[in-house]
Amino acid sequence: MNALPLVLTVFVACAVEAVEALTIVLAAGVTREWKSTFQGMAAALVALAVVTAVVGPAISYLPLTALRLAVGALLAIFGLQWLRKAVLRATGYKALHDEASAYLREVAAAREAATESRRGVSDWYAFTLAFKGVLLEGLEVVFIVITFGDNQHDVLAASVGAVAAIVVVVLAGVAVKAPLTKVPENWMKFAVGVMLTSFGTFWGAEGAGVAWPGNDAALLVLVPAVALVSAASIFWLRSRSAARQPADAAAPQEVIN
Amino acid sequence: MRTLKQFGLFWYDFVVGDDWRVAALVVAGLAVTAVLVHVAGVNAWWLLPLCAFAALGWSLHRATATKK
Repeated sequence: MNALPLVLTVFVACAVEAVEALTIVLAAGVTREWKSTFQGMAAALVALAVVTAVVGPAISYLPLTALRLAVGALLAIFGLQWLRKAVLRATGYKALHDEASAYLREVAAAREAATESRRGVSDWYAFTLAFKGVLLEGLEVVFIVITFGDNQHDVLAASVGAVAAIVVVVLAGVAVKAPLTKVPENWMKFAVGVMLTSFGTFWGAEGAGVAWPGNDAALLVLVPAVALVSAASIFWLRSRSAARQPADAAAPQEVIN
Repeated sequence: MRTLKQFGLFWYDFVVGDDWRVAALVVAGLAVTAVLVHVAGVNAWWLLPLCAFAALGWSLHRATATKK
């Protein structure tokens, strides 16, 4: 299979997570202290590297059938959760993830927290904020890189997609010196959700013993089908919402970080 | 014990997410597919996509029906 879909999927997924991590890091660095923020970032990157180094090779020792079954199930579940969230946000049932307001919330919390020196780190709050932000967003990236890379026997291509996304987002963040509010995060999440669900379904079914009609070419039908059903569910929810409460159809119901 | 519980909750939230029914339907779909293929000899390639679509629709219906 061509490596381009693999690289693009990982790139977009990683870019979404990197944008969210950048918002947290900026809030910690600007409000508190850059040195402790960078220490927190570095510690999280080391933790992610350890997870990748341990889990990546361990997964590749699994038989291909078992790997596809387990990874396919996880990817399909993961992808459907991303799609669910993206559809609910696109239809106004959940508030869109807004980097500007997320940044302001983090800044307000960071301003109120007391400064405490611990374990050689001068500002423990800035350290833990940056550490948690980078680790949590990074884990999703590691999961996608490992599962896609191992299944396609091309961890290098998946890593290239991930690193390229991080470089682009960091450079954009340095240039703008503010949260990247213009990035269409929800539509990127929607696209990644479609890819994760499609590949997860494809590999999971193969792991269960299915022979897809046309082999890999079945993905050329499966990906558009998942996209179509997901897009149709947006129209379905919008029309249902409009039919029920036309006056406040667009009112966000819940905020998700 | 508290740390262990938090660790478990983190991974549950990370993998399963907001609606456990989605995960349950995907796992059930895979199990039935395996049975159809290996026991009944049916190449049920169509089953898992149908389960995925059903899981998405069902989850969205539940999420929006309780809110509006």
